[in-house]
Amino acid sequence: MSTPGEAQFRTCSATGLHVHLPAERLIITNAVAAVVFLLVGGLLALLIALTRWPAVQLLPADLFYRFVTAHGMNMLVFWIVFFEVAGLYFGGAVLLNARLVKPGLAWLAFYLMVAGAILANGVVFAGKADVMFTAYVPMKAHPLFYLGIIVFAVGAIIAVSLFFATVVVAKAEGRHRGSLPLVTFGLLTAAIIALFTLLAGAIIFIPTFLWSLGWIKEFDPGVYRILFWAFGHPAQQVNLAAMVAVWYALTALTTGAKPINEKLSRIAFLLYILFINLGSMHHLLVDPALTTPNRIVNASYFMYLAVLGSMIHAFSIPAGVEVAQRAKGYTRGLFQWLRKAPWGEPGFSAAALSFVIFGFLGGTSGVIIGTMQLNMAVHNTLRVPGHFHATVVAGTTLAFMGLTYYVIPLVARRELVGRPWARVQPYIFALGITLLVLGMNFSGILGIPRRTWSINYEGAPLAVRFPEAVSLTLGMVGIGGLIAVFGLLIFVGVAILSLLFGKRRA
Amino acid sequence: MSLTAPDRIWWKPLGWQERLWVTIAFVWCLVLFLMMPLWGVVGKQNNPVETYRVAPVDFFRIASTFIEKHTVGNERGVPVVRPPAGGEAYLIARIWQWTPILELKRGETYRLHVSSIDLQHGLSIQPLNMNFQVLPGYDYVLTLTPTQVGEYSLICNEYCLIGHHNMTGKIIVKE
Repeated sequence: MSTPGEAQFRTCSATGLHVHLPAERLIITNAVAAVVFLLVGGLLALLIALTRWPAVQLLPADLFYRFVTAHGMNMLVFWIVFFEVAGLYFGGAVLLNARLVKPGLAWLAFYLMVAGAILANGVVFAGKADVMFTAYVPMKAHPLFYLGIIVFAVGAIIAVSLFFATVVVAKAEGRHRGSLPLVTFGLLTAAIIALFTLLAGAIIFIPTFLWSLGWIKEFDPGVYRILFWAFGHPAQQVNLAAMVAVWYALTALTTGAKPINEKLSRIAFLLYILFINLGSMHHLLVDPALTTPNRIVNASYFMYLAVLGSMIHAFSIPAGVEVAQRAKGYTRGLFQWLRKAPWGEPGFSAAALSFVIFGFLGGTSGVIIGTMQLNMAVHNTLRVPGHFHATVVAGTTLAFMGLTYYVIPLVARRELVGRPWARVQPYIFALGITLLVLGMNFSGILGIPRRTWSINYEGAPLAVRFPEAVSLTLGMVGIGGLIAVFGLLIFVGVAILSLLFGKRRA
Repeated sequence: MSLTAPDRIWWKPLGWQERLWVTIAFVWCLVLFLMMPLWGVVGKQNNPVETYRVAPVDFFRIASTFIEKHTVGNERGVPVVRPPAGGEAYLIARIWQWTPILELKRGETYRLHVSSIDLQHGLSIQPLNMNFQVLPGYDYVLTLTPTQVGEYSLICNEYCLIGHHNMTGKIIVKE
């Protein structure tokens, strides 16, 4: 294998890293695609939140269900996976001073992902796939909907494979020596989970595609649910691992934090790989046909070892910040290190808020609603989206936003435009999401179903009445959604304007 | 630093704070783990497991026979059915109605067979907020004993196309 010349590299003046230029272009392109899908998903989120707010009830029913489907696809899959691909190329090539192998293939992966995402979106917006992100059979979408997801997944599998190859080649060519940096190790964890997630996705969506064409006649809905969640939940565990890697990266960049014990942090990532996939059984705790031992073993025994991994990070990351801050002389009292943390740096505030909201609202609510018996009081109520908006939105999305404020100057070599806006953006976004998440959780406790256009039941033969308090809790969802989308728009504005008009850095 | 390669030897022993934290977290994991099976033994409400395979047409036939035999009334076009006390009862999920309205007796234990004859549905009993997934092809048996007199609304909390938000039903519990 020939080694490309140094002409393909530049040396970063801030970090001293050798940045592979083809990798740099791919990182920026994938990140831009991610932000575009985030914008689409965010505008849909606004319309959805304003519809679930009974005082507003913005959309008609058909558009509501269509937009919830599109919102789920764009946010849970397209925004996050495009950003993760950018992150993998960054952690695989840039952090290792290495070249990204086969940039041509990486572009192919990018175009496949774009084609798949546009196809799936097109079918949904044309009204041919009002089936939700989960597309539970026997509800049937247009075949091109499933094809779009498959094409996207093929692209993503190529991208993830290129990351593995890049890490191997970096070692083989001697560009990286020693163990992987912890952030790259965390991204490797995410990539390994991503690979089996995407393969599970192929196992479920290819037969579903054939079924939608009529080539397969029978499709058992119970089997579909097991296979779908082998894809659907681990996809969020990819986000978890990537987010934790980003927390380590952001605290290192903003405070100089070091992992206090590399061994412990790496074991914690290993626990994710081994055990977190079984979290997918949480969706099936009140399904027919599953035995109690099956539910308990999958939802509890193995899952809690992954939770242990998260508990380790919950200790290691703030401890790393504390040690770094105390080394700078912030030693007065118990908390001077925390008070004097760089709260005005969007990278730090995003990581810290993401960490706190993920931990206290996202992770804990996941453990609670994953308890077999409690799940009976939670399944398919608004508490479920209340859980995953705390993990994927306040957690992963906010962390990725924080990282973007560093990718723009370091990788795209542009100064941030509107830095004061970037400074307040994590706080606005976190406030909105917290309000939204609490509103969803309280509504769910009162029995409000998820994915439901209206709770008036005006067209139903039998009336249903919910407690008066739901007008408050659903109002929190609406107002929280408004604030969060405002925060999201600030982020998109700063990111896009900086890429277009930011002052060029040397 | 997390962004650069660690020292050549990074397999180092943990500090006492880390050991303490991991121990507490692990013990807590064990508590959580033991809770579910323990509650399965001592708790009074546990997730139903009894399930049979049934073709949707067969379930519809059996449930319709049950409805015809035990109907005691009609509310806005929906049959009101009083199943034999302590016996079998059937509930059909379909777009967009839970059929029939069931009239149960407080303190009696019923075996409620629930299945869908079209899409997936979510049986959500309000204001109790008890929720179960209902699939076509599976006869899910919920063994339940109503303990409080009153009217309970049934809604659907699994999206089932455009009429999903109007899918309702009712269980009435009488003395």
